[in-house]
Amino acid sequence: MSFVEYSEFIQEGDVAIIFLGHDSMMPVKVQQGAQTQTRYGVIRHSKDLIGQRFGTKVTCSKGGWVYVLHPTPELWTLNLPHRTQILYTTDIANITMMLELKPGSVVCESGTGSGSLSHAILRTIAPTGHLHTVEFHQQRAEKAAEEFREHRVGHLVTVRNQDVCKEGFGVTGVADAVFLDIPSPWEAVKHAKNAMKRQGGRVCSFSPCIEQVQKTVEALADEGFQEISTLEVLLRVHDVRSITLPLPDFGSDQPLETPTDTPVPSNASVLCKTTTPPRDMAGHTGYLTFATKPSV
Amino acid sequence: MADNGDNDSQHRVNEGDYVVLKRGDIYKAVQIQKKKKTVFEKQWFFLDNAVGELYGTTFEVVTGGTLQPRKPKCVESSADAKEAGTDNRNILDDGKSQKLTRDDIETLKEQGLKGQEIVQQLIENSTTFRDKTEFAQEKYIKKKKKKYENSVMVLRPSCRVLAMMYHGREPGKICHLRYDTLAQMLTLGNIHAGSKVLVFETCAGLVLGAVMERMGGYGSVVQMYPGGGPVRAGMESFGFPSHFHDTLHEFPICHVNALLAGALDTEAKDKDADSGQANGDKSNLTQTDSEKAESKECSPDTEDQCMETSTSTDPAADKEREEREKLREIRGQEKKVKMEEKRKKLAAAAAVLEGRNADGLVIASRFHPCPVLLGLIKFLAPSRPFVVYSQYKEPLIECYTKLREQGGAVSLRLTDSWIRHYQVLPNRTHPVLLMSGGGGYLLSGTTVSTDTPKMGPTRGEEPAAKRLKLTETTEG
Repeated sequence: MSFVEYSEFIQEGDVAIIFLGHDSMMPVKVQQGAQTQTRYGVIRHSKDLIGQRFGTKVTCSKGGWVYVLHPTPELWTLNLPHRTQILYTTDIANITMMLELKPGSVVCESGTGSGSLSHAILRTIAPTGHLHTVEFHQQRAEKAAEEFREHRVGHLVTVRNQDVCKEGFGVTGVADAVFLDIPSPWEAVKHAKNAMKRQGGRVCSFSPCIEQVQKTVEALADEGFQEISTLEVLLRVHDVRSITLPLPDFGSDQPLETPTDTPVPSNASVLCKTTTPPRDMAGHTGYLTFATKPSV
Repeated sequence: MADNGDNDSQHRVNEGDYVVLKRGDIYKAVQIQKKKKTVFEKQWFFLDNAVGELYGTTFEVVTGGTLQPRKPKCVESSADAKEAGTDNRNILDDGKSQKLTRDDIETLKEQGLKGQEIVQQLIENSTTFRDKTEFAQEKYIKKKKKKYENSVMVLRPSCRVLAMMYHGREPGKICHLRYDTLAQMLTLGNIHAGSKVLVFETCAGLVLGAVMERMGGYGSVVQMYPGGGPVRAGMESFGFPSHFHDTLHEFPICHVNALLAGALDTEAKDKDADSGQANGDKSNLTQTDSEKAESKECSPDTEDQCMETSTSTDPAADKEREEREKLREIRGQEKKVKMEEKRKKLAAAAAVLEGRNADGLVIASRFHPCPVLLGLIKFLAPSRPFVVYSQYKEPLIECYTKLREQGGAVSLRLTDSWIRHYQVLPNRTHPVLLMSGGGGYLLSGTTVSTDTPKMGPTRGEEPAAKRLKLTETTEG
């Protein structure tokens, strides 16, 4: 197993995703002799996981069952331990496409945070690209590096514990794309420009507040970036439902001949298959600002 | 691809490259061919001067139809701290404030004035310009620039650029798939290098190209196609290096059932020289092809025979006959070679599919998605993602329902994506006025094994059933 390559069978040391039911999942580190408690009972790693195929149904001790899934960055995003607020798949998907990431891309990212976007980037740039990720919080930087190793992607990433606004990304002239998710991205624009290839590249800044966006756009324009564009994306989920709508009874259009004792029961109703929106939805995550560094 | 130090060449435009021309928000995909006139935004020009320049360079179209790289001079010196008004209370919009007529402007254009110079002329000849507020002046200049500029940027093709191009220019060709929805598909499908992905699309090859871009030439892609042949125009516009094409297979959907039933025979048993022999195999493909070949062979033969009987002893006619026979043989050989190639390709694609261990499935077509999904999902390994796009919601509701009934998939989600662009300017930041109304719908999910576990009691309920906590008086 790795986050950048599929495998068929579960092995010791893998990270697997236990699927418990609708929107309920948990990550598990597979180890010989270990056990995992779920609401359906105990899963014994040696017997139930190791050597089984990803995607199999596993019966737990209480008789209930779960599915064991191969990890993907998308599943990881939904299950990772949060050290910071994270980016979700909707934003990540757009960032990936708008930064034109693909195998071989060299990417600079700050801040690493909880590694949600980092894993998605690594998946996309493997096997020949590289991610330089900068995190100014020491413990978070160490935790991220540890996770990358466990997820077998350590060879594709370099974690640096420094302040990107002061010291930059630690590399210059190599990046095809730069991503900023920090409180003051305008302070890092110059460093982003230096980290990028001389021949050009793409930059993205993610900010929750519009004031941050304004300052960042100004900084990008001052540094000569082009195609500056700000947008936001939101995902709407549609819950599929079968609904029964009762029909109204407007009575008979024939005059009554004889009064009847029992009224004719009218329980006519119509079955519709439709969707309903959930009660709440994510209304705002952040504004995404993209720009192109022009070729010199 | 990793950058080799200062070696620029992969960042420069070469003849034969597929590129995308850009002006403002208008994109067009073209191929660089010297001495060939290209039309873009009502202008004709040659792309010759783009060769050798870096991708991302902006060019001016000068008289004569050639491109000239634009120098990054200090722009925007025209908007000096000149006079401006405070509001529009006294500005009359009577259509008479511009003194230049359309003919005047045409004359200026013919004189070879650059876009910026024409805009300057318009400003000077506008009676109301100096009464406008600074913001209004900037807006006016921007508007005129957009109309009269003749700059063209030459971009390297990418999913981002091509998806925006198709969505802006020819959305009908791509089933109105909006670019952010395509972005979701690629990520939800976990498309990455080294995997085996199945694609069924009628989006002019754009979705196929996007998938291939994310695979980087590693792994394999099988394009399932309806009808006579796969459509790849959109994919070609990506300008992939030739080795990418080695990872691309195609498989006609008319053989899907045969393949699933194990009844697809891709071996041509009879290597007979007579292409007209009907082989005793079950494959429809080789049979119909050999029949077609036979019928094609027949008509010219009979024609020639008719002609030959009348002039049987003429030596010149004999020579002609010999040559015609030679040609017929060559054509016959070529046909056999083509058929053999086609058979090989079919066999190769079938071999890739047979294992039913594909890593991903992407569907985006004008066909009803339900049968497509239910048919092709059988080729996926367990614990692998699939994504189905549809312009409309109802067909995906059907897919969802049927998948729930038959099992084999979890985490089913029906979603659509909402996108909004912003204008960001000092004191003028707000969402852009026009917004996209819709970008289509996606159904995504993950396959799971459909075998029953060996140990433990089996129950009829799926885990999904346990979640039902109805707050409405409806059936779930």
